[in-house]
Amino acid sequence: MKIVGLSGSQIGSKTRVAMNAAMKSLSENHPEAETELIDLADYKMDFSDGRNYLDYEGDTGYVTKTLMEADAIIIGTPIFQASIPAALKNIFDLLPVNAFRDKVVSMLVTAGSAKHYMVADTQLKPILAYMKAQIVQTFVFIQEEDFYQKEIINHDVLMRIDRLAEDTVVLTETFTKIREAKEAEYDF
Amino acid sequence: MKKYRINPDEGLEFGIYTLGDHLPNPATGERISAHQRIQDLIEYGVLAEQAGVDFFSVGESHQEYFATQAHAVVLSAIAQATKKMKIASSSTIISTSDPVRVYENFATLDLISNGRAELVAGRASRVGLFDLLGYDVRNYEDLFEEKFDLLRLINENEIVNWSGEFRAPLRNAKVLPRPVDGSLPIWRAVGGTPASAMKAGYAGVPMFMAHLGGATSTFKHTIDAYRQAARAGGHNPDELPVATAGFFYAADNSQQALRELYPHINEGMKLTNGGGFPKQLFAQGVDPHNIMNVGSPQQIIEKILHQHEVFGHQRYIAQIDFGGMPMDNIKRNLELIGTEILPAIKKYTAKNKHEEETE
Repeated sequence: MKIVGLSGSQIGSKTRVAMNAAMKSLSENHPEAETELIDLADYKMDFSDGRNYLDYEGDTGYVTKTLMEADAIIIGTPIFQASIPAALKNIFDLLPVNAFRDKVVSMLVTAGSAKHYMVADTQLKPILAYMKAQIVQTFVFIQEEDFYQKEIINHDVLMRIDRLAEDTVVLTETFTKIREAKEAEYDF
Repeated sequence: MKKYRINPDEGLEFGIYTLGDHLPNPATGERISAHQRIQDLIEYGVLAEQAGVDFFSVGESHQEYFATQAHAVVLSAIAQATKKMKIASSSTIISTSDPVRVYENFATLDLISNGRAELVAGRASRVGLFDLLGYDVRNYEDLFEEKFDLLRLINENEIVNWSGEFRAPLRNAKVLPRPVDGSLPIWRAVGGTPASAMKAGYAGVPMFMAHLGGATSTFKHTIDAYRQAARAGGHNPDELPVATAGFFYAADNSQQALRELYPHINEGMKLTNGGGFPKQLFAQGVDPHNIMNVGSPQQIIEKILHQHEVFGHQRYIAQIDFGGMPMDNIKRNLELIGTEILPAIKKYTAKNKHEEETE
């Protein structure tokens, strides 16, 4: 099982800190999973121009191919202007419409205000559903006050991140088993 | 239809197309050499003609896992090795070529083949060739529309006056040689969506509609949109041929057909398109109302006749060789086409013969 963490912003530290915690939880509690963290702040991405993702070179090619090869993706996103960052939307625009078919996608959200709680439900999940993801419905919502000096200081948040990591692994295993059993029935 | 060398009274035309892909055989993981692949494609053309196939076309793709970048050259070899079958591109990426040179090539192909050449122009589904050939992918649509218009202008007029954005102007330019009958059938390749089909319709250009899988009725919308657009553009849809093109595989029964074909499609698409073909969708390919023509010869005959009834199209074009399909399997398919499928399709779609049958 290959799980890719995607930290979906080019700026700020909270989402990356939360994603580090999610990757740590995966490696400690699910060492059998192969993991990789992609922080968009570390990559120089092209804007989508509609071409097949295989036709992008450099960082854009690397990031899109890595995501396409994943069995599961944990997306971390801050909330900018009451929505997801343009950098994260660009990732979705770069990928094919069925990019998340047979993939599990889970989310953690960092925000400056609790008023942004519904953004993931109303704006991120519809995109993932359109792209055929199996979505881990419960996401982790983390606020400004849960961080101090680039650390998560709210222990409850860490427990929720552990549950998110576990749900991601369990759902991926489950859907993989279901799919394999179904595909075996086709007998071709 | 005469302008396009099609006589509907003779029934639905049956063609074969290849993208000229050069992929490993998933059963062995091995890939034949490009040399062997080109030789096989020429032999494929010869055997297709022997099986009675009406039309054979070769595509152009400038990227890894393809061998027919110079598709017009491959077509001329097939033209030389055959006598009756129509020969075409599927498709020629006009956006990144000079329409004058393309026309010279295909008019010459028409002279070599004694009037059997056609040209299908497309926009490319992958865009690596824009970099390779020195074009800006931002002009993806504009390049196609301008160059396709110029290509058609050259086809209709021996002396051309033209100016545009992406090529030097032509002043009283004579584009030679001319095809045997003075002009070539030129088709527009369409990816299956109504919006794309309507562009062909408005311009009054024959439509070559490629499709993967899905309900036949879905593609009927595309064909309807094409004909409506043609009417809106002042053209008579009854004069404009429609061709459909997609996966084909015949075996003793549908299960065997799925088993022999699926790995080639799934693994081939992963390499060329970046995503496989879901088994669930593929399994539905044998449904009588699914547009993929996969199954036993009898099932395929019924599917093609159903599609003909729904679409009223003039030509069906089968893709058999994708994804490193071994030559032996291709030969077996051609034998089933020649002995069972083609005769049945002609019998039920050719006008005169059918009337004789029912009298």
